Amino acid sequence: MTSTKSGFTSSLWNFFCSLKLTIFLLIGLASASIIGTIIPQNAPPDQYLKMYGESTIRLFSVLNFFDMYHSVWFMLLLYFLSLNLVACSLKRLPRDWKLFTEPDQAMDEQMEKSLTLVRHCRMPGSSVKLRDTLEAFLRREFAAPVVTEDNGRYYLFAQKNLFSRLGVYVVHFSIIIVFIGAMVGSFFGYRAYVGIEEGGETSVAYRRTPSTGHTESPEQIAASTIKLGFTVRCDEFSISYYDNGMPKEYKSLLTITDNGKTVIDKRPIIVNSPLTYKGITFYQSSYNRVPTFHFTVRDRKSGAQTKITAKQGERVSIPGGSFLQVIEYTDEIRQFFPQLSGPAAKLALIPPSGEPQSLLLLKDYPEIDLQRGGELVFTYDSTDYTWSTGLQVVKDPGVWIVWLGCALMVGGIFIAFFMSHRRIWVRVESGHISVGGAANKNQPAFEQFFDRLTEKLKAM
Amino acid sequence: MLSSDLFNAATVLYFVSMLLFFVFLASRGKTVGLSGSIAAWCGFIVQTAAIGLRWKESYDLGHGHAPLTNLYESVVFFAWTIILIFVLIDLKYKYRVIGVFVLPFAVFAMAWAQLGMKMRSGIEPLLPALQSNWLLYHVVTCFLGYAAFAVACGVSIMYLIKTRCEVGNGKAKAGGIMALFPPTKVLDELNYKAIMIGFPLLTLGIITGAAWADYAWGSYWSWDPKETWSLIVWFIYAAFLHARITRGWVGKRAAVLSVIGFVATIFCYLGVNLLLSGLHSYGAG
Repeated sequence: MTSTKSGFTSSLWNFFCSLKLTIFLLIGLASASIIGTIIPQNAPPDQYLKMYGESTIRLFSVLNFFDMYHSVWFMLLLYFLSLNLVACSLKRLPRDWKLFTEPDQAMDEQMEKSLTLVRHCRMPGSSVKLRDTLEAFLRREFAAPVVTEDNGRYYLFAQKNLFSRLGVYVVHFSIIIVFIGAMVGSFFGYRAYVGIEEGGETSVAYRRTPSTGHTESPEQIAASTIKLGFTVRCDEFSISYYDNGMPKEYKSLLTITDNGKTVIDKRPIIVNSPLTYKGITFYQSSYNRVPTFHFTVRDRKSGAQTKITAKQGERVSIPGGSFLQVIEYTDEIRQFFPQLSGPAAKLALIPPSGEPQSLLLLKDYPEIDLQRGGELVFTYDSTDYTWSTGLQVVKDPGVWIVWLGCALMVGGIFIAFFMSHRRIWVRVESGHISVGGAANKNQPAFEQFFDRLTEKLKAM
Repeated sequence: MLSSDLFNAATVLYFVSMLLFFVFLASRGKTVGLSGSIAAWCGFIVQTAAIGLRWKESYDLGHGHAPLTNLYESVVFFAWTIILIFVLIDLKYKYRVIGVFVLPFAVFAMAWAQLGMKMRSGIEPLLPALQSNWLLYHVVTCFLGYAAFAVACGVSIMYLIKTRCEVGNGKAKAGGIMALFPPTKVLDELNYKAIMIGFPLLTLGIITGAAWADYAWGSYWSWDPKETWSLIVWFIYAAFLHARITRGWVGKRAAVLSVIGFVATIFCYLGVNLLLSGLHSYGAG
């Protein structure tokens, strides 16, 4: 029983150690990733309905193609890549570690055969004297050697960039660190959004969820609400333009109040210059123009006039106990009714009892509501606009782990690609000198170096 | 003198250099090959001056930014990086004939930039999203990486042609034009070397892009099509480097993988901007 079990374990181990698996996973990840760049990710359902048939949509949903980079199967591919990385590294490490703990310091005849670069020469003098000369030579031309003696033979061994052998492990390890950083971010951080009107403030933000295309219920809104623990006020929002009309800068002035104390006062934030407070970062992300409407209500009989101010969606009480609510508005009605022009607002007139009534008011046609024949006559006087800034609110405690991983990756790649572990062995045996060399990378360059070195030695 | 005149001059010089290399391939005259290289070097110097001048012109206009901000500028810069890598290889290895397969990439890029109908070639101020020092680091590292992959692709095409001819002629060494090609072993090695240079640069390009995205948008990775394609390219070349460790993935298979990698690179650079939508839309105009 044990033998079959260990047989299974070892074949599983070999499977995860194999470089074939690495190549398969890398090519697999590359091909699979293409899908999500062609099918829009996390788009509203009606967009998919326009693009694909119903059965295609069902198939794609089953395969998680609408959010594929967070799907179980894609995560599994990344997970297998990590396992493969760790297994390969563990398998290779002991062999490379031996170079650190017990390097081959003595080049005997058997080892000499395994080296491609070997030169021989004869030099006069005693072995001890030659040993000292060669030690000084190697120290000067290459690196300080280790000298050992065996049966009247002297062995010299010098090496450079031994640590470069670890480069590949650093790169593999760094990828795992990046994954850990990403996981820390997704478990302990959030990505949220909040819109603040000029002069307004907030102490919450709303988690970004894939849009479902439906209006969110109060429960959903409550579930997506994140308490910041302090208050952010938008003092001002502004846009500046270049002469050619291109936007130059979007800027919000933010003030943060924590426990009743102003800790950050009117700090400007722009795109590419966010604000961080208590690990939460605010990014200038979007903006909105928020209209405020001014209406006049006239009593048809008495002629008494009342001015009314309303925001979109706000219920405002009007004389007589009714309410008024702006449902929709447009700056230019012509796009809907070519014979009309100017701003227009669609309102709901909600009486204390009975059905709400819909009315359309046009700013440039003040008499239009007279024709309705109601007791109250409405006119649309003007619109004011205020800015509302849209802030991306992000907490990501894992981001520094990700940057650490990236730094290790870049460092590791440079060590692994461009530094080679070079070793030189010398054997001194009664006037006969054998020199061997090996490099684990960039063999031609090392060969040139080795030839120059041995020429110098022979010229001595 | 305007930078656009200099860009036109550089395009002409690259074109001349390419023609000379073609003649060199047919005639095998050493002088022709050398003049091809000299034309490429001159074009490179002129283009370097043009990029510098365009940079200065943007300051004169009051914008003041590196000329790396729209499709026109990026295509021109891509040509410049390809020639830079070619000049370095030319100086180091002296295999002139590589120019036959590398210069067309640069000539095509320059010609497209100068003649492309839809491309806006004016110096424009920077959109808020692009106003960052990361722009320079990100674009330079990415494009040097792309250029190294372009050279690897050119060398791989040479490899594939040469091996095909050698097989066609029986086992004997191919004569004629093929004799001008570096030995297949050298081509294979150059392919590997170019990717060894391109891969770290691409890695740096992706990381600087992620750092910039984090700073500007609060998200270092959003699986945006551009990001995803850069990762696809990274996966392909990572596979190439790992496949090389095992036997059997040198030579022809390595050359094919290198060509596939460059096709993916070009799609990442142009295809994503022109065909897919995403955060990198400013690169499409």
